[in-house]
Amino acid sequence: MAVDRLSLDIPDRSITVLVGPSGCGKTTTLRMINRMVEPSEGTILLDGKDIQQQSVNTLRRSMGYVIQNAGLFQHRTIVDNIATVPRMLGWGKEKARERARELMERVGLDAALAKRYPYQLSGGQQQRVGVARALAADPPVLLMDEPFSAVDPVVRKGLQDELLRIQEELGKTIVFVTHDIDEAVKIGTMVAVMRTGGRLAQFAPPAELLSSPADEFVEDFLGADRGIRRLSFFSSAGLGLLTAPVVAIDATAEQIAARDTAEAPYLLVTDLDGKPLGWSEPQDLTAGSVDKGQLLSYGRPFVAGTDSLRAALDCAVLSPTGWAVAVDAEGRVAGVVSQQTIAEAIRGAHAEGRTDSKVAG
Amino acid sequence: MNGLHYINAFFSDNAHWQGYDGIPTRVAEHIQYTLEALALAAAIGLPVGLVTGHTGRGGNALSLIATAGRALPTFGLLVLMTLLFGFGLVNVMTPLVVLAVPPILVTTYEAMRSVDPSPVDAARGMGMSEAGVLFQVELPAALPLILGGLRSAAIQIVSTATIAAYVSLGGLGRYIVDGLYQRNYEKVVGGATLVAVLALVTLAVFWAASRLTVSRGVRASG
Repeated sequence: MAVDRLSLDIPDRSITVLVGPSGCGKTTTLRMINRMVEPSEGTILLDGKDIQQQSVNTLRRSMGYVIQNAGLFQHRTIVDNIATVPRMLGWGKEKARERARELMERVGLDAALAKRYPYQLSGGQQQRVGVARALAADPPVLLMDEPFSAVDPVVRKGLQDELLRIQEELGKTIVFVTHDIDEAVKIGTMVAVMRTGGRLAQFAPPAELLSSPADEFVEDFLGADRGIRRLSFFSSAGLGLLTAPVVAIDATAEQIAARDTAEAPYLLVTDLDGKPLGWSEPQDLTAGSVDKGQLLSYGRPFVAGTDSLRAALDCAVLSPTGWAVAVDAEGRVAGVVSQQTIAEAIRGAHAEGRTDSKVAG
Repeated sequence: MNGLHYINAFFSDNAHWQGYDGIPTRVAEHIQYTLEALALAAAIGLPVGLVTGHTGRGGNALSLIATAGRALPTFGLLVLMTLLFGFGLVNVMTPLVVLAVPPILVTTYEAMRSVDPSPVDAARGMGMSEAGVLFQVELPAALPLILGGLRSAAIQIVSTATIAAYVSLGGLGRYIVDGLYQRNYEKVVGGATLVAVLALVTLAVFWAASRLTVSRGVRASG
């Protein structure tokens, strides 16, 4: 049996992710919602009404459907692919195409692609068309079956960000199937972890999943670094940033001496705009003739407040000095922070049991 | 005299361009037989191939029928039909149709089966009717192969329709049959040349038809 006595309450206007190993019945579960698979027993209610009560095609037209590899119609142009469901609902050709062009913009596709054919698009672009096609008739429900599995990781991340952005604008009820737990944690409002036989192992918000997995199966499935990944849910806003160990490249000897405090063994040198250049030990800095080539790399800075503690910790780990550089939205240095301070912030967040709403990065 | 001389002599003789045994009449008859047989074969092979290909059922039965059809000797069938029913157009059409149905049927079935399943799944999931899936999703994608099947059937009919002459009917076979009987090799070679030209014209017609009906998106991605 593919799915056995699964009971799941999918919240409105949010993304519910079904995740699990191959053969766990997650795709079958999704396909039962639009009756591509008919359950042998049990009911599926949509807004309290049994989905069996309306005709199967009416039901399907009220739900967007996105699949792996997009499944575009090779013989139709992009704009006509997107206009498929509006045309089935009896819209005029021009009105449907106009709507399709609107959606191309919404999913971030260049209007110049409208008259192209699917073979002329990259995999990522095709998947955007797939999403646009599913949204064309403005259905309240969107079913997505491993939509981003076939594209490379960089494109996948772009598509995930785009989906979150679109969801913020449209507020659809999305059911999303994936085998990738990172994807589930990233995009899910709620995550249902399924085990073989379609049985529910845990149904929880991602932060809760990471902090308290229900059993060994869920813990295994989450993987070894769930502690690190959970940091994605803690904001870096509360981190105490130090501004003292930061000097501009044109600093005088007095300024350098004044910045050399016991708090930090290194000084961060910035350019005249305040953007980071690199680290140096104070005694190696000569006022007026700082050699940029001699500076130690500062790794990758994090955006203070916007990025998560995970990003901050990553910066500190990457930096050869063990200090992370915080920048503002324009990339100017907002301060520096040590691994120790980040570790204290993590302990503090754990102690509070805080699960901030998801933060970027 | 070699073949080219025969051809030259045949086509430059004015008498061959006029009357009931003239080239225009015989070519028109030949085209008529071809079109009739092709239309009949398509009327049988296309719907059966499309439906079995769409549902995926009956593939084994189909290949059995197709193999049997191919095994039937066309000429033998013609003689048998004539012995049983006397002379007539039906006796010529039957073997031609039996000849043409298998390539149309089998290619159409295979073409439908080889359509990428993901657009089909997407179309169903979007609430497209089964007829919609068949005609708007599968058929446009399968069209190049289906046209290929029709093309080989048409060419087989063009070259085989010469047998009509054996049972006293017209067509380009007349020249070959009569020419052989009269030991008029000029006529034989001329008739054979016309059949070959007609086969080439058939190729051109199908090339044009596929340019007109197959979407650019399918042609380029195919």
